[in-house]
Amino acid sequence: MTAVTLTVNGAERSLEVEPRTLLVHALRDELRLTGTNVGCDSSSCGACTVLVDGQSAKSCTMFAVQADGADITTIEGVADADGTLHPMQQAFHEHHALQCGYCTPGMVMAAISLVEEYPGLDEHGVRHGLEGNLCRCTGYQNIVDAVLAAAGSGGD
Amino acid sequence: MIPAAFDYEVAESAEAAISLLAEHGDDAKLLAGGHSLIPMMRYRLATPSVLVDVGRLDDLRYIRAGNGTVSIGALTRHSELEHSAALAEACPLLASVAALVGDPAVRHRGTLGGTLAHADPASDLPAAVLALGGTIVAQGPGGSREIAASDFFTGYFESVLDADEMITEVRVPADRGGWNYQKFNRRAQDWAIVGVAVAGGGSGVSLVNMGSVPVRASGVEAALAGGASAAEAAAVAADGLEPPEDLNADAEYRSHLARVLTERALNAAGVA
Repeated sequence: MTAVTLTVNGAERSLEVEPRTLLVHALRDELRLTGTNVGCDSSSCGACTVLVDGQSAKSCTMFAVQADGADITTIEGVADADGTLHPMQQAFHEHHALQCGYCTPGMVMAAISLVEEYPGLDEHGVRHGLEGNLCRCTGYQNIVDAVLAAAGSGGD
Repeated sequence: MIPAAFDYEVAESAEAAISLLAEHGDDAKLLAGGHSLIPMMRYRLATPSVLVDVGRLDDLRYIRAGNGTVSIGALTRHSELEHSAALAEACPLLASVAALVGDPAVRHRGTLGGTLAHADPASDLPAAVLALGGTIVAQGPGGSREIAASDFFTGYFESVLDADEMITEVRVPADRGGWNYQKFNRRAQDWAIVGVAVAGGGSGVSLVNMGSVPVRASGVEAALAGGASAAEAAAVAADGLEPPEDLNADAEYRSHLARVLTERALNAAGVA
């Protein structure tokens, strides 16, 4: 077992993991942060997207030991403590950018990173930028609308 | 899909990584961004018993342009290539191709040295480095050596790298000549079914997924050098190649794509 210290949603967390433990499993099974979903298990679908040092990463394609010392943000950590939604969450809410909701945590995390990385996104940029996040309800139109709205309102 | 168990070592320097590789031999693998290796480990196509993590070697994350050359540290991530103003100025082909790898989350983790060492003939960046006539710097126990990209790849997922060598730097000539990259796929974020990189106004042309290694389209380059038009040169793009066959495309279709995409890439690069 290997000792790993992560800052998760602002709080320092120490845990002992096997080196082969994937970050998503450390978050879900060890830290009980089950908002991050496992989808394809092969780095294609983006359901497991979290922020590592502020940038989107697929937590199924990263060992927890690689994240030692890193700052991790999951979907549980983006709203304010008083429950006020993050602007991206609010935009998803207002634009009904979800159907079954399974892809939503990963979509929101990927979208937060996307608008930060690419200022001035247009529709094509949003669609291209979210290529790595699959919605099997195929509800992409409202997701794109939500991300464009959040980007326009300075939502990051 | 949980990888087989392995021992994990963090390398504090390239030298430390190389001695760990020398100590563990073929059982050890370097871990950089992990975006090729970890999926292979999850499918148990790769079962290294030791992983040497070089992902923290931030002194190998740099892009330096000067004297007609761009030197890039092996641990430089695709997103850093994509957003580098220096690279966009000195070698726009490489920055542009980096922006087409995978998706943003993949580009935040994947590294240039990693994708070259992985030596997947379907990957984008190895073909770009090949078209540019780049050089790969590998460090081993006995020191460093420079390997021309055209000598580097030897087969599917295989290169001339020894088991105890590590890529430390990649050098490409500054290239403001006509350039383009065509990536053809059917699914978003997928590997290219066929890709074509054009550098230096057609003096360097390479093909993605048209053989067991990234292929330099020397027939196209020679035709252009001899005065052929883009259309005439592109017609020989697939000559002599043995493209792979898979669910996406048979060899005949890949050959067709290589010809069509080469002409498109040449035209976009300003070659009539």
